Amino acid sequence: MNIKTRALKKSLWVYHLSTGSCNNCDIEILDCLSPRFDIERFGMVLVGSPKHADVLLITGIVTKKNLERVKEVYHETPKPCFVVAVGTCACSGNMFRSGYNMAGPLKNVIPVDVFIPGCPPGPAAIISAVVKLLNKLK
Amino acid sequence: MNILNVVLLSIVWSIFLIAAGLLILGVERKITARLQWRVGPPWWQNFTDIIKLSAKETSIPERANRFIFIFAPIVSFLGALAAGVIIIFSLLYGISFRGDLITVIFLLTLPYSGLILGGSSSGNALASVGSSRALKLTLACELPFIASLVLIILKSNLSTSIYNIVNMQKNTGINFFSVSGFIAFFVAFWGSIGKLGIVPFDLAEADTEIAGGALFEYSGILLGFFKLTKAVLFIVVPLLLIASFFGSFNVLAWILEYLVIFLLLIIVKNTNPRLRIDQSLRFFWKVIIILIIASFVFMKI
Repeated sequence: MNIKTRALKKSLWVYHLSTGSCNNCDIEILDCLSPRFDIERFGMVLVGSPKHADVLLITGIVTKKNLERVKEVYHETPKPCFVVAVGTCACSGNMFRSGYNMAGPLKNVIPVDVFIPGCPPGPAAIISAVVKLLNKLK
Repeated sequence: MNILNVVLLSIVWSIFLIAAGLLILGVERKITARLQWRVGPPWWQNFTDIIKLSAKETSIPERANRFIFIFAPIVSFLGALAAGVIIIFSLLYGISFRGDLITVIFLLTLPYSGLILGGSSSGNALASVGSSRALKLTLACELPFIASLVLIILKSNLSTSIYNIVNMQKNTGINFFSVSGFIAFFVAFWGSIGKLGIVPFDLAEADTEIAGGALFEYSGILLGFFKLTKAVLFIVVPLLLIASFFGSFNVLAWILEYLVIFLLLIIVKNTNPRLRIDQSLRFFWKVIIILIIASFVFMKI
């Protein structure tokens, strides 16, 4: 493992994108930053711009209106970047799978690295998924 | 000292400034985390961030002005570095020229100029909001900061060289312990918070509000240059305050004074919310300006 991958593993900057979620997963993501879980101790920071991000945490089914935006955010994120689908909606579509506004679960739109099922997944689940993502990096 | 030695020494001190700045920013993040009852990142976190940013792709938006977009972060970084090297040379080696305080003041405006130009050249709405705020903030905080340094120049017999200003305080007493010097230090301290862009006045790159502001379109190593600028400024601006208010040629004393100013900065950062642009302008132009006028009135004491 060279120094660049090692640095990337220790400083993942997270951009959080909601593509038509009910905001439940988003609250759980924000809980990860709270003093109890504090993901900043692994060097992870929530950033406001996709241009700064290394990880896209995407929640919600991808609605038809959001389809282009998701693609654009993925396109704008500087590579190497990783996509994490947070919540059952982003993984499979959940109960909205046959909804009129569903533009396919996230994996049909952009390549996804890690899926976190759960409605919503707790902060512990999100952190464990990110650790799995880190172990995937070689 | 011949020219080769000067070049070598300035490279060594530049590397020192970068390393020390990143280290002190790491300490600042750690202390902030401890104050918020969190564990916080390790002290080497900012080094990892910079290495990571240098390895990432740098994307330049289609609508951006390529030349300004690429050179703005580099210019702001070099400006901060040059100011730091000038101050260190005059403090440690006594290499000083007439008017180098004015040169340092000029060089310390380059970081914000780079931020303004870079933000406005990147062709993004949020970035232009951020750079317009940065422009107003510069206008607001530069005036009291420079005015307090002008007071120091007046107090030290119109000498504009940093070495002379430090040297003169040996005879006439340290500026900080005079009435006008104390008021001017208070003013310069708030001005330096504005110049550093930390929390009460971080409206140019407000992360939660305009999503990174002027830095919105920057990625990769160009963003890294802005982060490095901030790190270097964290050393340089307190060093300038130390040189002009606590003149001494003792390294241990500098470190102590630096730590005191650094702690004050952290206390202000962690106990204040972000001000709006009108509030910060009012603060600098209505409250602080009265203090600086008062310090000019009491100049002889």
